[in-house]
Amino acid sequence: MSFLLIIRIAFALLMARWKQTLVAAIGIAFSITMFITLLGFMGGLNDMLDGLLLNRTPHIRLYNEIKAPETQPVNLLPGYQQHYNFVRSIKPKNERLQIYNIAAVEKALKEDNRVIGFAPKITAQVFYNVGATDLNGLINGIDVAGENKLFLFSDYVVAGNSSDLNTIPNSIILGKGVAEKTFTNIGDIIQVTTSKGESRQLKVVGFFQSGIQEIDKVQSYASLKTTQNLMVETGSYITDLQVKLNDLTQAPAMAKEYEKLFSVDAVDIQTANSQFETGSKVRTLISYAVGITLLIVAGFGIYNILNMMIYEKMDSIAILKATGFSGKDVNRIFLCIALTIGITGGITGLIMGLGLSSVIDQIPFNTPSLPTIKTYPVNYNPYFYIIGGIFALITTYFAGYFPSRKASKMDPVTIIRGK
Amino acid sequence: MSNATVILEARKISKYFHDPLTVQVLNEVSFSVNAGEFIAVIGKSGCGKSTLLYVLSTMDTDYEGNVFLKGENLKGKKDTELAKIRNNSIGFVFQFHYLLNEFTVIKNVMLPGLKKGEFSEKEVEHRAYEKLRILGIQDEALKMPNQLSGGQKQRVAIARALINNPLIIMGDEPTGNLDKKNSDIVFNIFSDLCKDFNQTLLIVTHDMEFAHKTQRIIEMEDGKIISG
Ligand SMILES: Nc1ncnc2c1ncn2[C@@H]1O[C@H](COP(=O)(O)OP(=O)(O)OP(=O)(O)O)[C@@H](O)[C@H]1O
Ligand SMILES: [Mg+2]
Repeated sequence: MSFLLIIRIAFALLMARWKQTLVAAIGIAFSITMFITLLGFMGGLNDMLDGLLLNRTPHIRLYNEIKAPETQPVNLLPGYQQHYNFVRSIKPKNERLQIYNIAAVEKALKEDNRVIGFAPKITAQVFYNVGATDLNGLINGIDVAGENKLFLFSDYVVAGNSSDLNTIPNSIILGKGVAEKTFTNIGDIIQVTTSKGESRQLKVVGFFQSGIQEIDKVQSYASLKTTQNLMVETGSYITDLQVKLNDLTQAPAMAKEYEKLFSVDAVDIQTANSQFETGSKVRTLISYAVGITLLIVAGFGIYNILNMMIYEKMDSIAILKATGFSGKDVNRIFLCIALTIGITGGITGLIMGLGLSSVIDQIPFNTPSLPTIKTYPVNYNPYFYIIGGIFALITTYFAGYFPSRKASKMDPVTIIRGK
Repeated sequence: MSNATVILEARKISKYFHDPLTVQVLNEVSFSVNAGEFIAVIGKSGCGKSTLLYVLSTMDTDYEGNVFLKGENLKGKKDTELAKIRNNSIGFVFQFHYLLNEFTVIKNVMLPGLKKGEFSEKEVEHRAYEKLRILGIQDEALKMPNQLSGGQKQRVAIARALINNPLIIMGDEPTGNLDKKNSDIVFNIFSDLCKDFNQTLLIVTHDMEFAHKTQRIIEMEDGKIISG
């Protein structure tokens, strides 16, 4: 009863100054709209940029690195075991890049339920022979189906068909940059030479474009079999296992675990791309800062109108108190006004933010480096809306808090004497 | 007098203002008001009448001495408790009407009743119409306050003071802003309330004619009661 009465009084005061309250509510609505749009847009952009990398990057990569053995013969000599031995210019022994016992590793990964999937890969250092010149290159031998499923390979194939790698023997999909530098078209034959001197003629069945020029200028894709042939290796020759996990954050721990378990080298995505996360974080931080600044400015609008109302309605406050409303009641009345402005403004802002986001989502955005993106990317993360709503409430609460407290502390005797 | 019920009692009330200099405005004022009495408080301007009324009405809590309302000491009570006492037991009429311009006349009268929450809104509305009828302004119920004359506004303010059937009505120059005709109307209303409903009234006034028509006159000078 008392609460309803307070709402009614608040509403009556609010309606008496509806133009100013509308302006204050529009201020809140505008800032929430911008907050949502900004975060949605930045979030979309972040997702796109992350996707550019994350889609193409395994969460854990297992491989064999050629490196010098850590224990040198001198350390095993009885007389030198207690010494610190310096051995200069250590060379690695002739080790292969292959992951040993690949079948057992694959079986273990299949049984690990933290793993979404994995795709084997072979990287082969090659030269593309164009007339008399040789261009540096890298052929990735891939399992096309696995690569499609885990790393959306076919999204990046801008011409031709990724499945042709399996059906057409000795076929290759060239990086867009490679194709440009070697003047090849689909259907042409390109000659490649491996670092061991083997030469092969491969049929170009498509182009791919990752969006990262440095990659597109060097890399090409072929099937596992074609690459094993090229390397003159057997079917068990695999140099990389690319693992995708359910939970990205577990990657560093699991990489260490696999390193021990399979005695291979393992690198997790966080270690491999630490600079990337920092960029996303900074962009998000800036969006939040701008959004919250807008909200605070809008909060001052509410603060102003409430202060004005309190001076205007001093007589009303005095008589309410004289007729039995306590300071607490008066406080609630003005807080109620503030929150009404905040809530209506906030909800309008959230709806308009959603609207503006979907408008941006429709604007065409074509860039050659991002073949999968057709319109501006927008993220509709409900989290943004929740945070926006909560901030609107908090801001209006604080904007209302001080004027309301002032009103509740007003002494009716002073006001009545002032007449 | 000894067998009548005491509604309000002031015991040795002193009040000081400290700004700019410490001055004593009330000096050990003691008196009591019996049920059904219609009292006028008179005295020269600045003698402390309003100050006394604010103390008695619980709006001013910064005083020495004690105020008893129906035997209950009001000293040291919390803001919310005092608000409740004002709501239930004290009706106040000021020189200025202090109606809320955002509400209709009837809603203005109803507000303290709704705050009390004793009766349903319908019942409060019914009672408010009843008060307006007693004051002869029931036809103005749905108007906004700014559509009324000064005398009508003051009568609405009296209706508002009456809505919760207070133990006592206090007035600080309630006819101060009114012409002779309207002053008489208001006086007649007060005296009818006293006669017909045994309403207790304590009214500060400068109008000697008004004062002499009441049952009892309390005269003040320099913060003291000199007669009554
Ligand atoms: N806030 C204040 N600070 C200092 N002195 C005050 C304050 N309020 C009132 N006074 C002084 O207290 C004295 C009593 O004031 P009060 O308003 O009670 O007089 P009053 O009898 O009601 O006079 P009037 O008939 O003119 O209304 C006056 O001398 C006034 O100057
Ligand atoms: Mg006075």
